[in-house]
Amino acid sequence: MSATASLLEVRHLKKLFPIRRGWNRRIIGAVSAVDDVSFTIREGETLGLVGESGCGKTTTARCILRAIPPTGGEILFRAADGRVVDLAPLSRAELRPLRPQIQMVFQDPFGSLNPRMTIFDNVGEPLLVNGLRDRRARLERVAGLLELTGLRPEHMHRFPHAFSGGQRQRIGIARALATEPRLVVADEPVSALDVSVQAQVLNLLLELQKRLHLTLLFVAHDLAVVKHISDRVAVMYVGQLVELATAEAIFRRPRHPYTAALMRAVPVPDPHAPSGDVALAGEVANPASPPAGCYFHPRCPHVVERCRSERPELREVAAGHVVRCHRAEELALAGVGAEPARGAQGVVESPDHRRENV
Amino acid sequence: MTAPVLRVTDLRVHFFLDEGLVRAVDGVSFDVPPGQVVGIVGESGCGKSVTMKAILQIVEPPGRIVGGQILFRKDSAPPVDLARLSPKSAELRAIRGAEIALIPQEPMAAFSPIHSVGEQIIEALQLHERQWRPSGPRLSRTEARSLTVDLFRSVGISMPEERVDAYSWQLSGGLRQRAMIAMALSCRPRLLIADEPTTAVDVTTQAQILNLLRELQRRHGTAIVFITHDLGVIAQMARYVVVMYLGRVMEQGSVEEIFHAPKHPYTRALLKSIPSVNVAPRTLLPTIAGSIPHPLGRPRGCPFHPRCPDAIPGVCAERAPALRPVGATQLASCFLYHRDEAAEP
Amino acid sequence: MSVLAPALPVTAEERVSVASSWRLIWWRFRKHRLALASALVLIALYVVVLCPDFFSTQDPEATDARLAFIPVQRLHVFDGFRPSPWVPDVAGRRNPVTLRMEWSVDPSRRIPVRFFVTGYPYRLLGLVPMRIHLLGAAGPDGRERLHLLGTDRLGRDQWSRLVHGTRTSMTIGLTAVTFSIILGVVLGGISGYYGGLADAVIQRLIELLQSLPTIPIWLALTAALPRDWSPQQVFFAITVILSLVGWTTLGREVRGRFLALREEDFVLAAELAGASRARIIVRHMVPTFLSHIIATSTLAIPAMIINETSLSFLGLGIRPPAISWGVLLQEAQNIQTVALAPWLLVPGAVVILSVLAFNLVGDGLRDAADPYSQ
Repeated sequence: MSATASLLEVRHLKKLFPIRRGWNRRIIGAVSAVDDVSFTIREGETLGLVGESGCGKTTTARCILRAIPPTGGEILFRAADGRVVDLAPLSRAELRPLRPQIQMVFQDPFGSLNPRMTIFDNVGEPLLVNGLRDRRARLERVAGLLELTGLRPEHMHRFPHAFSGGQRQRIGIARALATEPRLVVADEPVSALDVSVQAQVLNLLLELQKRLHLTLLFVAHDLAVVKHISDRVAVMYVGQLVELATAEAIFRRPRHPYTAALMRAVPVPDPHAPSGDVALAGEVANPASPPAGCYFHPRCPHVVERCRSERPELREVAAGHVVRCHRAEELALAGVGAEPARGAQGVVESPDHRRENV
Repeated sequence: MTAPVLRVTDLRVHFFLDEGLVRAVDGVSFDVPPGQVVGIVGESGCGKSVTMKAILQIVEPPGRIVGGQILFRKDSAPPVDLARLSPKSAELRAIRGAEIALIPQEPMAAFSPIHSVGEQIIEALQLHERQWRPSGPRLSRTEARSLTVDLFRSVGISMPEERVDAYSWQLSGGLRQRAMIAMALSCRPRLLIADEPTTAVDVTTQAQILNLLRELQRRHGTAIVFITHDLGVIAQMARYVVVMYLGRVMEQGSVEEIFHAPKHPYTRALLKSIPSVNVAPRTLLPTIAGSIPHPLGRPRGCPFHPRCPDAIPGVCAERAPALRPVGATQLASCFLYHRDEAAEP
Repeated sequence: MSVLAPALPVTAEERVSVASSWRLIWWRFRKHRLALASALVLIALYVVVLCPDFFSTQDPEATDARLAFIPVQRLHVFDGFRPSPWVPDVAGRRNPVTLRMEWSVDPSRRIPVRFFVTGYPYRLLGLVPMRIHLLGAAGPDGRERLHLLGTDRLGRDQWSRLVHGTRTSMTIGLTAVTFSIILGVVLGGISGYYGGLADAVIQRLIELLQSLPTIPIWLALTAALPRDWSPQQVFFAITVILSLVGWTTLGREVRGRFLALREEDFVLAAELAGASRARIIVRHMVPTFLSHIIATSTLAIPAMIINETSLSFLGLGIRPPAISWGVLLQEAQNIQTVALAPWLLVPGAVVILSVLAFNLVGDGLRDAADPYSQ
């Protein structure tokens, strides 16, 4: 592992889901949900993992969390005691002591909290399960966590049904932070929230990361959201990593045609911005039977003969910028600018995101 | 000025729940000019879906339209007030599907799983035959089928002859939504209501669907009411925008006015709080304080006042502002722009 | 610190927010008038179950051939205008041809009825010897008869027998369902949570049990019971038999719930926190569907009651001298008896009442518990 303190290094991660047919459920093929994914996350940084449905980002996140066992590859995690552990082959019992160090924030605010338990029970569960039996100590910890995420501690005796979606996400974040994890995996944490609430929760995550020096793996399908939260961005398509670079570099000048297409497809809230007339043709490839050669070639506007037969490898085309494309160096793709657009856009005032005036 | 295809005036839809009365739509008015796209935008609880359901008279009990008018004009005939028609009446059923069509949010849920997609379109064509084809011999099945194949081709579905016999669950998300659009347009409606049609699909598919809708709208001159929470989509699609919050219209106007010169504090705050690809990474977003109140706990006076940075003490908490002009075609309901109204006792 | 002692909820909104799911279910259940009324009926029946002797007027097993087929002595509440309960006396006449006593109601003579009278001795809950009964004839002559529901062919008081039969039948229903719940939750849980081979084996077992025709199975199982077993042993055996066959539906349902819950985010969150499998099942999964299971089980109790009544009616379940509704209905098996003594059919009405009450309560519970799925 490099000297710049990588917290997590994923090497050639693979996850196959078998396809079964027939009365005896024999395996006739496999869906390559995650196909040779490699990346590193440094301590204290946020890596945004972005892609459309079926690209494998959620499966990758779940493999890293060891919610599901990967089919192949290595997940090298630097534990609190300094040792580097490969999480991939560990058994349930071996994982147990490492669990408090990697936690998750879920997408659905309504399903992620146990409706029959109070907020105190929900947020205190990781503490109780990891040995903090003293109720008084737990009450104080939970109160601190709720305050940290902008909620009133005296509400901890309420049940989840009393809270809105945005508040529940804050509770979910409080729960994830209970054991002081080294790595937090956030799986689409703002996708199910209203626009104004999204901003509050995103700001909260940014703030918490600065304060607690968190390392965050942020999975999302919304490029704008990813740009707001990430230091570096990884783009996935049909189970493969197609581009990885710093947020600033990838948005200014993407190197993979799919990344560029994604950026163009995002509708900009400005009626004078060019509309997506250059929309991408075709459908997302089927992960059960992906095309030969480059998975993206049937839809790529820059396709050449080589792309149809030869599978591109992940190559470094600039410092810290890797791409999986045969033509990465020669293409000049347009990105999106960093200057504020015309109109009501632009960051002006100081935000009031932490304290919720409920 | 040409008469609008749809004119909603002071629409009120209330839900009579055990726990209390929810004023889901509380005095909403807007016009839909013929052949134009009107976008209705708002967050959860704003009443945009209920407004759509009221137009089609599919509001579920315990909800009911309790006031207002929904005037629908087909060609030069006098307008019909849809709010007055009984939901099960033959008159309304003739309008639904033929004159006003719906593109729902979840195409999977909207198609029957046991009929092929072509089957359902053929059914619609045959049902409303006399409306889109007033004269001529009765439509035969082969004719209906070939019309359906043409429809599929026009919405960009590849291999239409095979796809006509496919079931909805056999199609991908993008294809399903296109089939849904084909069904909606089959009887050449004057008004199309699109209820979050791209929320459930990927962003690249969304771009395709939006392109398709724009193209079809230009070709057939259909008016569209486009409901969404995504301000980016609204900016790309709509000509006029209606911003709703907690059952009332906060602001409405042309898309340029709304995005480049928003007047209502809610609109301004909402626009500022959206994450954008055009801003530098890892910047904090300005947010709207507080959260959307529970529908049963609607604030007195202006529904936005508890969260409004510019609320006028003593005024905004007492009375609800009316929707009044603030620009050429722009209207806002805010006491900041109607000082005379605020000063009234 | 203030958070250690939660403040008492003040506003209605606060009460809702600190209300546990059980309280919410209770609030919703309260709104169903019919279900609430049925619940009261059931509570009344179970109070009777706790102490049947207190409610009886005569010893249910005392036979006297001379007192056979006494008709119903209807309870009147008002004597003239005074609230003073009384029953008409019965007069007997020996039939010269059959030499049997024939009884008829004699309204001219009234027997006053009093509350909390001394009667035959019994033990409350099997422990405390008592003699107090709720109702009794209180005439100067100790031999005043009080047969609120008449007598049967052996002269046994039907009211007292009905009260005792209620205890047996209602208890069997409840006990059998409790066993079924235990079996269903454990086996269904293993099946749903672990999957794989355990799941396959248990599912095949369920299918096997469900495909067996129930009546022949009961006949076979109860016929296999030794004839010399005491009524208590037979009682226990019937309960076990009923639950062994009845757990399968519940098992399937529990399995389905477990399968669905396994995918829930909050279960995954508990796993990621490091909770053990046992804790996840007991603390997270079971409470989530427990209310639903209770609702379903309440609807299963009437089936058990009817099963037991049917078995005993056919002579294959509870046997005399033990008393249950089915045993009581055995007496009404032929047309002559029914024609002569129609009051012997009253246990049937009680069966209907209890089954209806259970069904209504179960419906109410299910409606109250279901909308909570989040």
